[in-house]
Amino acid sequence: MRKMFTPLLVIVAAMFAAAPIMIAQAPFESTMGLIQKIFYYHVPAWMAMYSAIAVCGVASAMYLFKGRTDADGYAVSAAELAVVFGLIGLVTGPLWGRKAWGVWWQWDARLTSALLLELIFVAYLMVRKFGGPGSEKLAAATALFGTATTPFVYKSVDIWRTVHPKTSVVPMLANSMPGAGRPFALSSLAFILLFVVLLTLRVKLARQQHTLDELYLAQEDR
Amino acid sequence: MHADFDSVRLVEVSRHFGRRRALSKVSLTVGAGDIVGLLGPNGAGKSTLIGLMATLVAPTTGVVRFGDRTAREMGPDLRKAIGLLAHELHLYPELSARQNLTFFAELYGLDPAATVDAALARAGLADRGDDEVNGFSRGMRQRLALERALLHAPRLVLFDEPFTGLDDRAVCLVSDRLRQLASGGAIVVLATHDLDLADGLVTRVALVRDGRLIADEPATSGLRARYRSAVGSA
Amino acid sequence: MFLRTALLVLRKDFAIEMKSLEVLLTTLFFAVSCVLVFAFAFVKDGRAPEDAAAGILWIAIAFAGTLALGRTFERERYSETLRALLLAPAPRAALYVGKLLGMLALLGVAEGLLVPLVAFLFQASAWFSRPLLLLAVLVGGTVGFAAVGTLFAAMLVRARSRDVLLPILLYPITIPVIIGGVRGTAALLASPADEVTATMWIGILFAFDVVFVTLSLWTFEPLMTE
Repeated sequence: MRKMFTPLLVIVAAMFAAAPIMIAQAPFESTMGLIQKIFYYHVPAWMAMYSAIAVCGVASAMYLFKGRTDADGYAVSAAELAVVFGLIGLVTGPLWGRKAWGVWWQWDARLTSALLLELIFVAYLMVRKFGGPGSEKLAAATALFGTATTPFVYKSVDIWRTVHPKTSVVPMLANSMPGAGRPFALSSLAFILLFVVLLTLRVKLARQQHTLDELYLAQEDR
Repeated sequence: MHADFDSVRLVEVSRHFGRRRALSKVSLTVGAGDIVGLLGPNGAGKSTLIGLMATLVAPTTGVVRFGDRTAREMGPDLRKAIGLLAHELHLYPELSARQNLTFFAELYGLDPAATVDAALARAGLADRGDDEVNGFSRGMRQRLALERALLHAPRLVLFDEPFTGLDDRAVCLVSDRLRQLASGGAIVVLATHDLDLADGLVTRVALVRDGRLIADEPATSGLRARYRSAVGSA
Repeated sequence: MFLRTALLVLRKDFAIEMKSLEVLLTTLFFAVSCVLVFAFAFVKDGRAPEDAAAGILWIAIAFAGTLALGRTFERERYSETLRALLLAPAPRAALYVGKLLGMLALLGVAEGLLVPLVAFLFQASAWFSRPLLLLAVLVGGTVGFAAVGTLFAAMLVRARSRDVLLPILLYPITIPVIIGGVRGTAALLASPADEVTATMWIGILFAFDVVFVTLSLWTFEPLMTE
């Protein structure tokens, strides 16, 4: 992982540099015009968020049941990234909606589900910060339950919305626009790799903090 | 069926929360018939040690063995052999003395009819059995809590600051009880910062300070003089 | 041993509660106040918006339930009796089940009062046209909410800021229960009652219950060990 880091970083940087060019060259969607291109950031941000949630859930389970502190490092890193990528999605979504359909928030199923998950992982960070000693375990339980509830949230919000059908904010653009496939694939891959890069960095930081704690304790043991 | 053991061994046990150390590489063995005094200033880690022996706290590193086996290997039955009395007393104030004892008796699988009345008598509360605990004085609660902790005749008896708020007579009663238990084969561990009360009672001394075990030896007389500087205001 | 321990804990909680009925009465009163507050917020010209009744019912259950959870575990904190319970020679998850059953009983009584009250304040007759399905929705939703709530309340007993952390953690995670409860109830209140939709929500609620009760049973012991 360590050896791959620098090449990975270079690749991600290159992808993010190339992406705007490809996106600008991609065909315009007929009804929405320029604003539709926010889609190349919006959907990949969701992909990164859901990846982060999955990592957080699994890492939290490993921390809670096996007591592995390195898993806790992954959990907190993934939670922070889930919040960050979620924020990107939650900002780009309404921007798109406002410009395309004139309304900031329509209780669209996907945006609403994402908002709830964002709340859950912000709660995770709050527990870690305000929960007092032993809060890592409490946060791990939050993440585990949060990840477990994701399919339920998604399904119930989805059904909740389709009873009163409104314009869907995320139509299947990839199918309807042949030229959008390649920039979309590039953007998705770029975001996922960005997630991996940031996760690696943050986990390294967590590991260093842990080592520092251990050295501090060892020094006292002398 | 009844999980039993005649010694408890802590092997290189550490417990820390981030940078805050509660215990650091403590190795200690306590055996049947011992009354071990865990002595040390407040915040030394005595309560954490008690918690570890009670299976309420898990070590960060190291292992706690009951006989040869760990708590996980022995399962929930292990707790039939453990009795804990801490400062907070673990009594339900809204319930009567009898109801408290009956609840815990049933929880441990004992027949309340056979044990509760005897326990109330030993606590000197036979006539107050049906009164609610929140009306009891500290001393009365302590006596009730003592009986509650010992109701199931545990092999490992853990007391965390049991003498707080007791008058001299009560202190004598508790001390006598502890001696009885030890001579009956129980492993008694007593955590306290009060050297005078531990004097003459404990058979071994385990001195704890800043999470480390700094002495582990048979008790001699004059604990205060011997350990005062070590235990005194840190 | 497992079930026995759970029932002993339940009986003990019941005995304590019967002495003063403190948690029950204050929870009920709070739930009723909740209903009234929301009614005043939503009723206009003497009529509530469509489906507001179902929403108000479930909000009252959620808010009152959160308070009750906090108070129930506060009792175990008082004399550190939770430690004594954890020392019982039974699987620790049995303690969770005992507490959960107690919570369900309490919420059951609360709902027994709230449902007629809400029915009385908004369109009485429709509420009882499909009583069994309504009961299924109530049970499904309440079990889900209580299952997660009991676990979180237990794990937060020793935490700082526990009073505000409980709702912060509980509400987002149990949103599917709220949605399912409200939509299921609303479906049964429609005329004619939409049994298909209600049944679908009941299915989702019960799936939620199974997943989260199981998850809680698994995580209770690791969470309660320091």
